Amino acid sequence: MATGIKDKVAILGMGCSKFGERWDMGAEELMVEAYIEALKDGGVETSQIQAAWLSTHIDEQSVGKGGTPLSVALRLPNIPVTRVENFCASGSEAFRGAVYAVAAGACDIALALGVEKLKDTGYGGLPTGQPGTLLPQWGANGSAPGNFAQLASAYRAKHGVSKQDLKRAIAHVSVKSHDNGAKNAKAHLQKAITEEMALNAPMIAEPLGLFDCCGVSDGAACAIVTTPEIARAMGKKDIITVKSVQLALSNGLESMHNSWDGSYFHTARIAAKRAYDEAGIKRPRDEVSMMEVHDCFSITELVTMEDLFISDEGRAVNDVMDGFYDAGGKVPCQIDGGLKCFGHPIGASGLRMLYEMYLQLQGRAGARQLKNPKIGLTHNLGGSPSMNVCSVAIIGAQGA
Amino acid sequence: MTQPSVGITGFGAYLPRLRLQRKAMANANAWFNPGIAGQGKGERTMANWDEDAVTMAVEAARDALPGGADPIHARRHVDAVYFASTTMPFADRQNGGIVAAALSLSEDIFTADVTGSQRAGLSALIAGLEKAKSGAAKHVLVAASDKRKARAGSTQEFQIGDGAAAVLLGGDRVAARFLGSHSVSVDFIDHFRGEGEEFGYGWEERWIRDEGYSKIVPRVVKGLLEKTGVAAGAIDHFILPCQFAKLDQQLAAKCGIDAAKVRDNLAATVGECGTAHALLMLAHVLEDAKAGQKILVAAFGQGCDALLFEVADAIGDVRPHRGVKGWLARRKEETNYMKWLAFNGLIEMEKGMRAEKDNKTALTVTYRKRDMLFGLIGGKCDKCGTAQFPRTRICVNPNCRAVDEQKPFSFAELQGKILSWSADYLTYSQDPPSHYGMVTFEEGGRFLSDITDVDIGTIDTGSKMRMVFRIKDFDERRGFRRYFWKAAPIQ
Repeated sequence: MATGIKDKVAILGMGCSKFGERWDMGAEELMVEAYIEALKDGGVETSQIQAAWLSTHIDEQSVGKGGTPLSVALRLPNIPVTRVENFCASGSEAFRGAVYAVAAGACDIALALGVEKLKDTGYGGLPTGQPGTLLPQWGANGSAPGNFAQLASAYRAKHGVSKQDLKRAIAHVSVKSHDNGAKNAKAHLQKAITEEMALNAPMIAEPLGLFDCCGVSDGAACAIVTTPEIARAMGKKDIITVKSVQLALSNGLESMHNSWDGSYFHTARIAAKRAYDEAGIKRPRDEVSMMEVHDCFSITELVTMEDLFISDEGRAVNDVMDGFYDAGGKVPCQIDGGLKCFGHPIGASGLRMLYEMYLQLQGRAGARQLKNPKIGLTHNLGGSPSMNVCSVAIIGAQGA
Repeated sequence: MTQPSVGITGFGAYLPRLRLQRKAMANANAWFNPGIAGQGKGERTMANWDEDAVTMAVEAARDALPGGADPIHARRHVDAVYFASTTMPFADRQNGGIVAAALSLSEDIFTADVTGSQRAGLSALIAGLEKAKSGAAKHVLVAASDKRKARAGSTQEFQIGDGAAAVLLGGDRVAARFLGSHSVSVDFIDHFRGEGEEFGYGWEERWIRDEGYSKIVPRVVKGLLEKTGVAAGAIDHFILPCQFAKLDQQLAAKCGIDAAKVRDNLAATVGECGTAHALLMLAHVLEDAKAGQKILVAAFGQGCDALLFEVADAIGDVRPHRGVKGWLARRKEETNYMKWLAFNGLIEMEKGMRAEKDNKTALTVTYRKRDMLFGLIGGKCDKCGTAQFPRTRICVNPNCRAVDEQKPFSFAELQGKILSWSADYLTYSQDPPSHYGMVTFEEGGRFLSDITDVDIGTIDTGSKMRMVFRIKDFDERRGFRRYFWKAAPIQ
């Protein structure tokens, strides 16, 4: 009987590059930037790393296929390197691989590194391409904002929320993240915005305006993991352990079966339940100290508050407007600015979320440090509302 | 030995929703061609960017074919298809085969394209009737459709319309009995369009009128009346597509047919729809025709084809779903001449880099999934009854999961409903914003569907949708286009 991974793996060191339009750097340089920080943070040398996982989503844009780009960029000692890709949840997949390897006893120290170089396309927004050979022949002509915008109409219809009220709530989601991002020197977008700016911004995909969409950024983030015992032996104090890493994937129900109403993430609810079970969390609204969720779009963040069982169903609009998720609220969300402002270099995002939770848990988050957080949750989503990959990870102080 | 009596057993039409206002066309072009100002009256049909001769023919055929939620079985009886057009999207790939596939007709049938002249619609009709008469086919579908291009500011741009018509032919429950046909083939080059050319090249109109129509049409009509033994005075409806005002009436009179029997050529409201036009006018006339009436339909084009029908008692039972009158009523005025130019490739718009996406199509996949892609055929699980799209090996119902139990199930004629939607300004679309949403079906099944023929702010969760066969994408590099189904608001 599986016992889960709670407290079996510790984070030894983490690193994260500056996110943004890194015209000066390619993916190779970004990987090194994040990696050097993690090595220093962990007090580790490259020769000690026994296995590595690389996450990138768009291989045409970033580094190409395979694990060699990481092995070459970091000059890894001919160790196993696995490239993982699971849409925008790829970063969490790399982390899961490294964590499972350590938990399984297959290696002592493992590396997870995510990177994406998106600003070499020549245009704004995410790159486009044909997803396979069949889907382009029948799939809707959409983009990421339009796919996620679907949530808004279904949520309004289900909960009887007016267009204006929902638009205002998602505007608040973005205003909050901009406030937070302004305190983060590594963030792509570091300017605060007003609710009026968000409400009046150019429309991208009805009802999402420019400020309802996250930044498209270059960046890399990484984690080096080991066992708590080795971490302690290496002189680490205040050890941060992994409480849970869960993943749930759509199986076609949302996109093909009429039991899904389109207003929430079916997978997120499943992944969240599994993660809370693994981590031993009974009352998430009270026990989770802070969260980094996949706020690719403001509406995604809003409905996710319910999918993670923090807000009651249909109550996210009220919690958002009450400031429950603001920096000074009960469960601060996107304290580093989130995808919205820290940015979204796809393959790196899951690891960037963990990076912020890790800093916060260690009291190293500077101007945006929260008071005494115990449990940090990351929610990393890839795909679209009707077909996706959802990762929920929980980390905290050892014994918390 | 008496020949079996065959004729028209069904009829339908299709007109695109947009009606380009000729006033807007004139205003945009008068600076260049002051003579055009007088053309600024009425409106012409304007195909959406995702419509072509094939998609319009499919709609016209749907209008004519028997209704019902199950086209796979309801249309099994059709055993021959003639598709007429001079604007077929493919020069070498049978276009009628695409029409037949979109209609979920049997694959074990005869299909053919008829083209090369403005009278190809009637040529196809004659061929279809002869085929039915010979017994080689029992239920023949003839569809004609055109989306002709003309240069910006040309007279033709004002005169042409986009549209399609379809008739069903056979020997059972005949609504209009075929009495005979007569043809004249003369290489009278009123206009031509050479290989690889986008636009036609026409000769002087007065010559076309006097030496062409005025001499060839009466010759054909005379021949037809002689052949069938019907007196000119017995004709109740005279149908002749003709862009010269009142010439049809003069020609009727010349043939001994009362000018009052000349039927509306829809010039004011539609424009002339090429090979489809004679059939379109015929479908229009049949909507109000009475048993016993005689209909003479002719079409000009390097000669002339003419046919004679006698309306039968069954006319009362044969109705198109929407018909010409219904499509005429479903309209949206379009005054944006720039949009017209863009939809018709008459101006090069800045599409942005997102439009550079390679739309190469894996033809092996297109073939393997042909019932799904052309017929909108999904599956229905025999074990749990769940309808689903696309059809897959394992049932999507979480309480079933039966393997290989799904039978083909068509969604094409089912009414859909919007669950969620967005209007997307980011993704490249020929007609931004790109609307799409989750369309659900009461019978079960759903998919994230493109939405077409839609205006900003007019749909929401719960809006009712009809599925339509449209162009999905163009592959300009290879000269290919993909088709698939989209949802359109029921209007």
